Amino acid sequence: MTRFIEALGSRIIRFTAVMGSMLLLFAETLKELLLPPYEIKNTFKQVMEIGVKSVPVVAITAVFTGMVLALQTFTGFKRFGAEALVGTVVSLSMTREMGPVLTGLVVAGRAGAAMAAELGTMRVTEQIDALETLATNPVKYLIVPRFVSSAIVLPSLTVIADMLGILGGYAIAVWLFGMSSALYWHRAWNYLELNDIFGGLAKSAFFGAGIAIVCCHRGFYTEGGAEGVGKATTGAVVISFMTILISDYFLTAWLLK
Amino acid sequence: MIEIRDLHKSFGSHQVLRGVDLLVEDGQSMVVIGGSGSGKSVLMKHIIGLLKPDKGSVLVDGTDITRLDAKHLYEVRKKFGMLFQGAALFDSMAVWENVSFALLRSGMRASEARQVAIEKLRLVGLTGIEDLMPSELSGGMRKRVGLARAIAHQPQILLYDEPTTGIDPIMGDVINDLIIKMREDLLVTSVAITHDMHSAYKIADRIAFLYEGRIVETGTPEGIRNTTNPLTKQFITGSSQGPIKIEGINA
Ligand SMILES: Nc1ncnc2c1ncn2[C@@H]1O[C@H](COP(=O)(O)OP(=O)(O)O)[C@@H](O)[C@H]1O
Ligand SMILES: [Mg+2]
Repeated sequence: MTRFIEALGSRIIRFTAVMGSMLLLFAETLKELLLPPYEIKNTFKQVMEIGVKSVPVVAITAVFTGMVLALQTFTGFKRFGAEALVGTVVSLSMTREMGPVLTGLVVAGRAGAAMAAELGTMRVTEQIDALETLATNPVKYLIVPRFVSSAIVLPSLTVIADMLGILGGYAIAVWLFGMSSALYWHRAWNYLELNDIFGGLAKSAFFGAGIAIVCCHRGFYTEGGAEGVGKATTGAVVISFMTILISDYFLTAWLLK
Repeated sequence: MIEIRDLHKSFGSHQVLRGVDLLVEDGQSMVVIGGSGSGKSVLMKHIIGLLKPDKGSVLVDGTDITRLDAKHLYEVRKKFGMLFQGAALFDSMAVWENVSFALLRSGMRASEARQVAIEKLRLVGLTGIEDLMPSELSGGMRKRVGLARAIAHQPQILLYDEPTTGIDPIMGDVINDLIIKMREDLLVTSVAITHDMHSAYKIADRIAFLYEGRIVETGTPEGIRNTTNPLTKQFITGSSQGPIKIEGINA
């Protein structure tokens, strides 16, 4: 029993220490973000890396999510004759939940893992030390561009995901189930509020910032050679997923207030 | 001039440095020798402010760099160039961008920085490789590119972390010759750490022996070769018999 409490205690202490050090890194990132010189070229490069290269995966994920939402809703709601609502369910689900969350998860798995692996490798091969000796602040040079581009790119990808998801739903509702095209659009647009879209985009910007800090933190503080880089990468993806899913609930509850 | 006073550093309960005192005069070539894991790299990282000591000070031309804020520390670092053990080249950049990294960062035009890089590469005996990526280079070439990068911003002090480790003996001697050349041509102060005695005798004008977190002896290469200190003697002759405690082996 005492051993159990000890183990629990040391886990809590470690967890708190990691959280604290992530918050410190976040604060330093904000400071370096505001101070000139600005890393415009590097940020642009990261927008390509995190954003443009994620488009195909985000697109496929969104289309199929929209399709399965339509499939489930149509067959499920048919039981009480409400299948005409399929457009509304798809558009609300995509913009409020599925678009931002799935985009966040996809980017965390793809670009976030890459951030942790890249920074982790730079740490264990002393490239981060080398930056310091060349009078370059590694937080400014490596983390700020990833943070800024991730926070910008996620909402942009979410817009794409929202649109493609609704189109995927259209394909199923109209082409497979023979629903009238006008009815689908009518239902999809009429009950959709601007706040649904903007709320979703705000969440995704938060996820983008969170992914960048979590993944850069894991990579930046990697220890223990190639094995350490592997651990950092896995840890980065797991913590990012948790951060997205848990914060999503609380952000949504707050936005709905 | 670099003056290290009573430097202590622990990682957790592991005391790595336990009161290092070391003086490096301007223009000198100091070589710190010591076993693997004895804290040589940790010592070197304190000299350039990559690690903060638990106790003690590091004076660079009279300024205690352990007490500087980030901004002033970056200023002092411009006096230094460092060659890392694995060269630590930025693998996302071409060779020339690596070499002129500090110059590009301080706003030099790319065309000009490229010319400087080509010139520094020639100084370390490399030509025609400026557009290659680091992954295309051999170990010895990487070290020389690392050296070219370390001298690109004309530092006054050069630090070498195990310059001859991990490359073949002939390439090792090429590096030794380059270290001597850097000192003679660029008039830099140099500090190298190594466990390669051949290299130490060749490049040093002072040798210091780091053991159990302290400098146990300092002397000229001749003096160290003829030492009477049993610890130093065992280390330089590379014997498993003697007073040095070897991890995992009980006396
Ligand atoms: N950042 C660090 N965190 C924890 N331990 C470290 C760190 N850096 C070095 N050490 C430990 O300090 C000791 C000395 O390391 P180092 O200076 O790299 O030895 P070497 O003399 O071979 O260069 C080693 O036991 C190493 O594990
Ligand atoms: Mg070392």
